[in-house]
Amino acid sequence: MIDFYLHLHPLVQGTLKGLAVICVIFPIAGVCSMAERKVSAWIQGRPGPNRAIVPWAAWIPFIGPFLQKLGVFHVMADGGKMLFKEDSLPGHVNKFYFVLAPIIAMMPALTTVTAVPFGAYLDEAGRVVPIALANVDIGLIAVFAVASLGVYSVILAGWASNSKYPFLGGVRASAQLISYELSMTLSVIPLFLWVNEPGREGTMGFARVVELQSNPGFWGGAWFVFVMPISAFIFMTALFAETNRQPFDMPESEADLVGGFHTEYGAFKWGLFFVAEYSHMLIGSGVFTLLFLGGWNPLPWIPLATLVDWLGVTSPILVGLLSIVIFVTKVLALIFFFMWIRWTVPRFRYDQVMEIGWKKLLPLSLLNLVAYAIGIAVIQS
Amino acid sequence: MGTLLFNLFAIFTVVTAVGVIVCRNTVNGAMCLLLSLVGVAGLFVGLHAYLLAFLLLLVYAGAIVALFLFIIMLLDTKGQDRPRLSGIPVAARVLAVALIGAGVASFIARGRLNSPDLATVPDVGSNLKLYAYQLFTTYLLPVQVLGFLLLIAMLGVIVLSKRFEGMEDVK
Repeated sequence: MIDFYLHLHPLVQGTLKGLAVICVIFPIAGVCSMAERKVSAWIQGRPGPNRAIVPWAAWIPFIGPFLQKLGVFHVMADGGKMLFKEDSLPGHVNKFYFVLAPIIAMMPALTTVTAVPFGAYLDEAGRVVPIALANVDIGLIAVFAVASLGVYSVILAGWASNSKYPFLGGVRASAQLISYELSMTLSVIPLFLWVNEPGREGTMGFARVVELQSNPGFWGGAWFVFVMPISAFIFMTALFAETNRQPFDMPESEADLVGGFHTEYGAFKWGLFFVAEYSHMLIGSGVFTLLFLGGWNPLPWIPLATLVDWLGVTSPILVGLLSIVIFVTKVLALIFFFMWIRWTVPRFRYDQVMEIGWKKLLPLSLLNLVAYAIGIAVIQS
Repeated sequence: MGTLLFNLFAIFTVVTAVGVIVCRNTVNGAMCLLLSLVGVAGLFVGLHAYLLAFLLLLVYAGAIVALFLFIIMLLDTKGQDRPRLSGIPVAARVLAVALIGAGVASFIARGRLNSPDLATVPDVGSNLKLYAYQLFTTYLLPVQVLGFLLLIAMLGVIVLSKRFEGMEDVK
């Protein structure tokens, strides 16, 4: 099986790997939409979706009703509804950009995956080799660059809809995304200053960041969230704004903008926006995990290699699977955190969003950068 | 493979760049500009200057064209009729034709750059460290001057866009 795979053309190999990752991200995004409804229900003290069930599942005792109460089948019901609904195209829209916008929404979300390593295995020499679609040296810049193109889907959707509320949503989104990109980029600079110590080949890749979080010793094994808590906080806040999540969901705040930029969308085109939002969250959480939460290392001060030693697993495939499971668990925990915040912090007003972005986060990230730059210069020289 | 990709990206860049000035709808023009920038980024990747390619995407495609679109939508500019040729003075027409002629002639005469051997050119765009090193040593003065120019532009925008009525507003 593996020999057959290795004999394929590199292009076919790449395509297969890409398809495999997409096949994982799409269902996770779908399940996340369900989890969102269920988690919000639990936080608000109501049962949440618990009715849909397919007949054959109802015949299974205990497990069937349990899954029904968990709302598992609503995922299928929702997906089916979105696929088979009438895909209406309002008469007053700019048709080309109206159809293009949801497609553009998906593209950056799925392209950024290529640069994010999601696991690792140990080769014969015992070195940790990251698993990624493309192990690029400038990983983080690539992710930021491609992710920044996501703003076009929102702007174009708002503009092409040719009506008041979507347009306001689009304008808000473009201003918000550009404002928070600054603090987001500035917040990770201290981290990469620390990673690129003198005398080393410069890198912006994630592999080295995770490597530094899995060294032995107290400071070597510490995750960067403990070493650079302010950076982590700024990055997380900016991530909420970049993914249009509450409390920063200005572009689609339903209380004042009906639905914001996707007011005029329905059926599968709306579904694409939805999946794109969750893919953005998944990838953003993945980047956060790699940068601040130790990537595929199970616990702080316990790197993957130690855990593998304890368990006695040697097969690279099993180690790879183990690391992927650890990584995905962390990412899903962060997704839960996103949902938790959604029902904890009320939505900001638009002027507050701008004030937080420009007058609070940006000066804070600049100060943080200067302080850490001085500290790193003192320690590393 | 490399030459084919180069040709594809070069044609793509030129066609979309022409689109920027030909499109009547300003939004189409801005989207053409975006595609053109993506084409240039592709050319950079072909030259193994991955860092420059992604920086171009990050700064220009990700932020600046988005701001262009933002402004276009705020001003709600409708595409205007093309200016009639008859309304242009004869002198301007002659000058325009002469300029285009001079441009084409110089392109034909000296268009082929006398480029040095690729192996001898320092590969500063490919590696983050080399690039940063050059930026802080060889090109330090241009970077500082550019930063100062941008600061002036920013101050100008603030002065022009904000109304200062009394000393209270200046604070």
